[in-house]
Amino acid sequence: MAARVLVGVKRVIDYAVKVRVKPDNTGVVTDGVKHSMNPFCEIAVEEAVKLKEKQLVKEVVAVSCGPQQVQETIRTALAMGADRGIHVEVSGKDYDALGPLQVSKIMAALAKKEEANLIILGKQAIDDDCNQTGQMTAALLDWPQGTFASEVVLEGDKLKVVREVDGGLETVKLDMPAVVTADLRLNTPRYATLPNIMKAKKKKISVVKPGDLGVDVASRLEVLRVEEPPQRKAGVKVETVEDLVSKLKEGGRI
Amino acid sequence: QSTLVVAEHDNDKLTPITLNAITAAKKLGGEVTCLVAGTNCAKVAEELTKVQGVKKVLVAQHDAYKGLLPEELTPLVLASQQQFKFTHICAGASAFGKNLLPRIAAKLDVAPVSDIIEVKSPDTFVRTVYAGNALSTVKCNESVKVFTVRGTSFEAAPLEGGSAAKEEAPPSAAVGVSQWLEQNLSKSDRPELTSAKVVVSGGRGLKSGENFKLLYDLADKMNAAVGASRAAVDAGFVPNDLQVGQTGKIVAPELYIAVGISGAIQHLAGMKDSKTIVAINKDPEAPIFQVADYGLVADLFKAVPEMTALLSK
Repeated sequence: MAARVLVGVKRVIDYAVKVRVKPDNTGVVTDGVKHSMNPFCEIAVEEAVKLKEKQLVKEVVAVSCGPQQVQETIRTALAMGADRGIHVEVSGKDYDALGPLQVSKIMAALAKKEEANLIILGKQAIDDDCNQTGQMTAALLDWPQGTFASEVVLEGDKLKVVREVDGGLETVKLDMPAVVTADLRLNTPRYATLPNIMKAKKKKISVVKPGDLGVDVASRLEVLRVEEPPQRKAGVKVETVEDLVSKLKEGGRI
Repeated sequence: QSTLVVAEHDNDKLTPITLNAITAAKKLGGEVTCLVAGTNCAKVAEELTKVQGVKKVLVAQHDAYKGLLPEELTPLVLASQQQFKFTHICAGASAFGKNLLPRIAAKLDVAPVSDIIEVKSPDTFVRTVYAGNALSTVKCNESVKVFTVRGTSFEAAPLEGGSAAKEEAPPSAAVGVSQWLEQNLSKSDRPELTSAKVVVSGGRGLKSGENFKLLYDLADKMNAAVGASRAAVDAGFVPNDLQVGQTGKIVAPELYIAVGISGAIQHLAGMKDSKTIVAINKDPEAPIFQVADYGLVADLFKAVPEMTALLSK
């Protein structure tokens, strides 16, 4: 039985918000903008909670790195059914520069400290679109990785993972401990119910600093400039299918 | 300065995105080396020696490379890196490259750069963030630059004109913590989604998986690939490997026909570099019309069969 699962939860600008680039081109506007848990992290939490409900794991620990506000994201995970939270406090300039490599080092250090034998993360965050943290956490721990998972089955000390690959699906069998990253079809995350939200308020969130874990958060990536992409001009409306087909033929597209 | 491109293939053929990655590698300047690992990949290695701009092809054949597992390929790439001291390591930003490259980067203790769309200089790259809502220019101050390449942003390197030397890759021991069991690929005679010249995509407006037949019929008239929005995948109409968008595939065909797709930013992220975009939607307010070259406000259940019939003439 997997004793303990770590789940990473990232606080990102809500997926429905229209993101705006700052006029000084240093980043995007985050102040006063609605934030939520990264959707793929929700799927990761759901999967971990399901494993616990099936009594295949003992404890689910939700981890988030960032300023004070990430505790709200951890609370959401707790309301979904995670047992306790760890807030890794990173703020100011360090937070601005915090990237997947640093987060992976934090996750790997926590996995050792907490004696976790499974880590579930979202495959990608919808802010930086990096798709790296799971793979790098696995590398740092020398654990196998089941990325872009659409099905996860615990079989004794092995983990069978069905993965979403470019042409369809692929199945791999991993030794435990392992890292899994969640793709879209792994599950449908539950909504936190009011009683569970109330219960989550009593669950414990411990606060640590990267330095406590022996992690240096310095980054060697430098964002020089963030800008708006070129806009595509709207074209014309056509009235009929015939019209459409003849326009496409004229343009040599068909 | 020198770049290693990790080749993606199925032992039989090179995956096209590798050729786009080679072009990105060439833009950096310096020598380009390709690494081919597999169980029986001599043919692919041969193919690579002829690709324009490739100087050297490293070949590694071993049963451990079955399924190209990242746990097994990482030590091989690291051993190659150790021997040849590459300044850059890259691969296509496909499921394969996205799975492997970050693992290599972490082992080198360097931060990788995902899914680049432009090479500004050997250490500066452009990539999209927030589903393509912003472009970020990133300077990488790592000793080794590790990155993946968006296929649609770089031309494919020509498959002829090169004469690379073949060499055996340095040996690396099997790791054995993971096992590749099987592959279940969607069978289709249609062109592959990311390299098709024409793509017909369906969204929630299709209402069911069965109704996608309308799109398949239309696609077959145009030798097109079929894609879908995340909404259609979420609704269970089609499998995820059809998904076009921020967290699915990025496509940039000559012609993209969006059918019953509203045009959420997450979808636009995957297709807005298409040369010509057509939108068919009954809602005249759908945001997809803001990026479409030709918009048809119509009931797709009438318009699509009509279009198929017109093209059959």
